Amino acid sequence: MPGPVLAVQELSKRYGKQDALAGVDLEVEAGQLVGLLGPNGAGKSTLTKIACGLVRPSGGRVEVLGQPAGSIEARAALGYLAELFRFPGWCTADELLRLHQRLAGSTGGEAERRELLDLVELGEAAGKRIEAMSKGMQQRLGVAQALIGSPRLLLLDEPTSALDPVGRRIVRELLEELRRRGVAVLLNSHLLSEVELICDHVAIIAKGRLVKAGTPQELAGPGAVEVETGNGVRTFEGAGREDAPRIVAELVAAGERVYRVEVRHSSLEDVYLDAVGGETG
Amino acid sequence: MNGSRLGSVATVVGLSIQEGLRKRVFLAVLVLTAGFLALFAFGSYSAFKDVDGFVAGETEILDPHAFVGATIFGLAMFATLFLGAVLAVFLTLGVVRGDAESGLLQPIVVRPIGRTTMLLARFAGAATLSAAYVLLVYLAACAITAATGDWTPDHLVTPALGLALGVAIIAALSLLASTIFSVTAQGIVVFMVFGAGLTAGLLAQIGNAINSDSLHSIGRIASWALPFEGLYTASLHALISNTSGLTGVVLQLGPFGGSEAAGPGLIAWAFAYLVGVLALAAFVFSRRDL
Repeated sequence: MPGPVLAVQELSKRYGKQDALAGVDLEVEAGQLVGLLGPNGAGKSTLTKIACGLVRPSGGRVEVLGQPAGSIEARAALGYLAELFRFPGWCTADELLRLHQRLAGSTGGEAERRELLDLVELGEAAGKRIEAMSKGMQQRLGVAQALIGSPRLLLLDEPTSALDPVGRRIVRELLEELRRRGVAVLLNSHLLSEVELICDHVAIIAKGRLVKAGTPQELAGPGAVEVETGNGVRTFEGAGREDAPRIVAELVAAGERVYRVEVRHSSLEDVYLDAVGGETG
Repeated sequence: MNGSRLGSVATVVGLSIQEGLRKRVFLAVLVLTAGFLALFAFGSYSAFKDVDGFVAGETEILDPHAFVGATIFGLAMFATLFLGAVLAVFLTLGVVRGDAESGLLQPIVVRPIGRTTMLLARFAGAATLSAAYVLLVYLAACAITAATGDWTPDHLVTPALGLALGVAIIAALSLLASTIFSVTAQGIVVFMVFGAGLTAGLLAQIGNAINSDSLHSIGRIASWALPFEGLYTASLHALISNTSGLTGVVLQLGPFGGSEAAGPGLIAWAFAYLVGVLALAAFVFSRRDL
């Protein structure tokens, strides 16, 4: 069985006396879409930057397809879009992709550039200068740039922060398509609903430590069963879908009139707030 | 270096050139250069015309054309070095820290090219353009003095190569500064270093004129510490190295005071210095978190 595409073990990073990361473990498998959540300053971007060789770790190991992060081999296997990025304003979209094709050693040529621009719905803007593009268009171009050379691992740091709802949907569908193609994706995001919607696995970090990880379903868990009776609304905390018939039967047996039953799940937001303890960066 | 890496180097060199062209750096430099060459041609023409009026007795002991030609060409050399330094600094401005702070660098550095390779490619682009630029301006100045006063330097190639190597060293120093300082600080530091080099040359010139060994030594040491200055003074010397008699003496006392032949030691030191500066820049860049 092949190993994970991205393997992070006991990763730590110190800036002076400040721990940006303190022993984080994480794996991303081929075809897996992992969401990395956490408050500002939690260490998400630092982890991503270490994975693509922009930042040197203080301790621990990070490997991309078995190669040390930052090595030529590791970088050849990944695509990256930074949270704060800029492309040369004088370049057109097509020129930028051509530049990255050369740097990545991609042989995809014009067909690859056209396909990627179409994927992010910038096919009509191929000849447009980047300085004339909106921030949202630049972010979609950034996603296309990260996909040059068909990377096995995609590291995206807040890739939808500047996008409108349509742009977000485009990127979301693109990520789902990449998952079908077996690309491993690590997605840093503050948009919990988006992560909940598309990610197979979620990792929450706070103050440089991994505080919670699992599938969105595992993390969400049971919430409560809410029942509206003749005597008002009653909430049964910790109860799940399986408990609902019993609760209703007991209430009816006790002479209550039942008008409405609702099974509530704790949302990823509840889990996140619980995990980070209300911390914000 | 394999073919793919070589292709990446060519791409980054091409990016430097494209950036210069698209950001209108070249346009600004071309306008400045055209202005300088026009003024130089006018000044050269006027100066040669004025000395044509010298009486016959004066011209027997002092060759006025050689004196004027060497003097104004020496000034042109200074202007050429200055404009070349401006171009070298512009082409390397913010290449590491500045671009990293604005987010331009990260998408390129994560590509499988290697930081040292990227840095050397940026140097190759900036140094090639700056060196080609000073060679062209130097040749244009030569053509002007030849056309207006029938004067050419005693050695044509040596001073040109000295200037070219000098601006390559300035490009390397600017690249090193870009790994440490933000854009504004980088520009200030490099021009202060450039100014320090020129001041060292002036010290040597004054030491020569007043026959002060200590001042001359200070100037010499500083010139070796910043070898673009040593190369510049060596280039000045090569302009008039075959000019003898009173003309040669007067030139040495005046604008060419302190200029000395390069010698193999200076050339070897300049290349070693260049390699050392680039190695230090690569080391600092390799350890920088982006």
